[in-house]
Amino acid sequence: MVATIMMPQTHVAAIAVEKAYRKGEHKVPVLLGVDIEVRRGEFVSIVGQSGSGKSTLLHLLGLLDCPDVGEVKLYGQRIDDLPQRSRDELRNRVFGFIFQFYHLLPELSVIENVLAPLMIRHSAWSYWKSRKAFQEQARELLDRVGLGHRLTHKPSELSGGEMQRAAIARALMANPEVLLADEPTGNLDAETGAEIMELLRSLNSRNDLTIIMVTHDESIAQQAHRVVRLAEGRLEAWGEAA
Amino acid sequence: MYKLLLCTRYLRTRYIALASIISVMLGVATMIVVNSVMAGFSSEMRERIHGILADMVLEAGSMNGNEDPEWQMRKIQEVAGPYIEAMSPTVEVYGLLTLRYGGQYMPRPVTLVGIDPVTKAKVGTLVEHLENYKPALDENGRVARPAEFSRDEPPGWNLPRTYMEYRRLRAQEQKAMPDDDEDDAGRNDEKAPADPSDLLKQLNDLAEENHDEVLGALMKARLYVGSQIISFPFPGKNGEKPRTVWMCQPGDDVMISTVSAGKSPEARNFHATIVDVFKSGMSEYDSNLVFMNLEELQRIRGMIDPPDDPEHGVRSVTSIQIKLKNFADAKLVADRLQAAFPPGFYQIRTWEQKQGPLLAAVDVESTILNVLLFMIIAVAGFGILAIFFMIVVEKTRDIGILKSLGASSRGVMSIFVSYGLSLGMVGSGVGVVVGLLFVRYINEIERGLTVITGRKVFDETIYYFPSIPTRVDAFTVTWVAAGAVAIAIMASILPARRAARLHPVQALRHE
Ligand SMILES: Nc1ncnc2c1ncn2[C@@H]1O[C@H](COP(=O)(O)OP(=O)(O)O)[C@@H](O)[C@H]1O
Ligand SMILES: [Mg+2]
Repeated sequence: MVATIMMPQTHVAAIAVEKAYRKGEHKVPVLLGVDIEVRRGEFVSIVGQSGSGKSTLLHLLGLLDCPDVGEVKLYGQRIDDLPQRSRDELRNRVFGFIFQFYHLLPELSVIENVLAPLMIRHSAWSYWKSRKAFQEQARELLDRVGLGHRLTHKPSELSGGEMQRAAIARALMANPEVLLADEPTGNLDAETGAEIMELLRSLNSRNDLTIIMVTHDESIAQQAHRVVRLAEGRLEAWGEAA
Repeated sequence: MYKLLLCTRYLRTRYIALASIISVMLGVATMIVVNSVMAGFSSEMRERIHGILADMVLEAGSMNGNEDPEWQMRKIQEVAGPYIEAMSPTVEVYGLLTLRYGGQYMPRPVTLVGIDPVTKAKVGTLVEHLENYKPALDENGRVARPAEFSRDEPPGWNLPRTYMEYRRLRAQEQKAMPDDDEDDAGRNDEKAPADPSDLLKQLNDLAEENHDEVLGALMKARLYVGSQIISFPFPGKNGEKPRTVWMCQPGDDVMISTVSAGKSPEARNFHATIVDVFKSGMSEYDSNLVFMNLEELQRIRGMIDPPDDPEHGVRSVTSIQIKLKNFADAKLVADRLQAAFPPGFYQIRTWEQKQGPLLAAVDVESTILNVLLFMIIAVAGFGILAIFFMIVVEKTRDIGILKSLGASSRGVMSIFVSYGLSLGMVGSGVGVVVGLLFVRYINEIERGLTVITGRKVFDETIYYFPSIPTRVDAFTVTWVAAGAVAIAIMASILPARRAARLHPVQALRHE
């Protein structure tokens, strides 16, 4: 995964991806051949109605699920057919997830949640050896998302916006290349949502982070470089913003 | 790393897990306590049986016995000399002991064992079980009267001083009221010496020949009687303490009936003086064994040839008890003796063979108990299984989150397996500690329970152990603890696999 200097390079791509869910006897087709190419450092938002398959697509891109047909590529290399171990590894190192319902681990404090990707990456011993550095890093990240004063709180003691910031910090902790955000503002009021969007935009521009964001809110979607629309199992270009 | 962190967090925040820790703990503790007590009882019992029976016995094929114990013992020495520590000739025969109690004659079936106490004490335990060698205790367990004999005195057939005086007093009483109780003790007039310090020796010696002429003289036949033959437990009425009622005591005479040796056995009745009480704690023996002086029994049963020459006649015995230097050699010695003595007339058996059924029964009992108790731990295992399935369902979304962060299926699985492992380890660790403490203080606990419930929990008049015998076997404890941990792990593997197999997307969508 060597970054080349050619700027408009394809970072993540889905090619003719199909996905259907089984419901008893019936097959519920969700994606009917989706093509998407995201360049490195690009901020793309996917809009679509609820139930149109946005989350499904995001999960496929992030290797949480496998497509029935089609391929998922990272830097032009197919990754959806890799063995389980490599897929876990990619999820840990390359992709960062942010969810609508934050999905923090309730038993862990904020800083432990943020450290979780590193705990998963390293063995107990090597984590223990460099835990000081990791904790320092986590504290810096939480400072950056404005949670420096909430390190040892449990997620249940935080507001929605704070939880989402913690979740973003967790995603960033792994130092990912691609941030996959599934309705990150969906559960927040407009003002807090705007703050989160501000954060994502600054991450995109300052850290050269590729962001693929799913939302059903068009005004939010407009803040990305590019907006695509998912409807009836297919993607259509919807307009270039900014 | 996250596995350990989450595992401990789940442990700390799920109090339900405590329930399974406690059930594992209780199971382990119970198993350790029961096993220790069972092992204590059984090893104590084996020790006593072994002591009483001697290592092995060369038995005669019939109750008439085989001639010439000296020759038999010489032959044993010849064949297996280096392995033999001691030997003792004995005569074993069935008999009926009749005692007088409350104006009634009470016959008791007994096994009459003619022994030579000095050699008998060398092949097994004897002095240890004789009451004259123990101090008499009052009901509070304090020494009321010192032991009649000290341990270094070899056992013999003399009546100790205290009982001798008792016997003389009784004889005098009966002499004064001759028609009240026509007992055999001291029918004759006062030829007894005046000085009481010499009295003991003289009476004991005189008895041999001039029994009928001396007041309080002993019978020629002397007995160590099993304690339960001449006593019975009396349940305390109206809040009284239960106690043991003695129908006879050393110094009293009883009547023995047995059969003579020979082609056509005849009944033989004789009087004998109890000189000591035999109490081993094994009710099988205490209610059955009567030891008697060997020479007299041989004389009465006509086991001397010719019968009118006890000095030089050839005597017969029914068995030679043998003590080995090392019981491990028993098999070898048995084989050699088997070859040396003609099989029709002689039989060689180790103590374990003689008590085979009883020992086997104890083994079966402890096996069954262990199986049952292990089920307690298995129940704890199912508890863990149920609780873990619950936790997996509850944590489904968190499992999805972990997978989205890159956790592998094996990693997720190991969270729950190590959760089960720590439950099992903590549970069995605490269980081992609790169990061992319980065993260590079992007699104190028993006393406490007795005080609380007002009933004797461990009644030594039933078990004949002064305290609850225990024996902690490190091997058993290790196995029980390891078994409990293994069960906890096995119970957690199923839910853990389920957790590992969860599809990340499905798990994330889980509400
Ligand atoms: N496990 C499943 N089984 C059956 N149908 C599913 C499953 N998961 C999602 N679906 C269906 O797939 C469609 C797309 O879902 P989703 O990707 O969550 O849409 P969106 O995120 O755009 O709202 C929905 O109609 C949903 O009902
Ligand atoms: Mg969705």
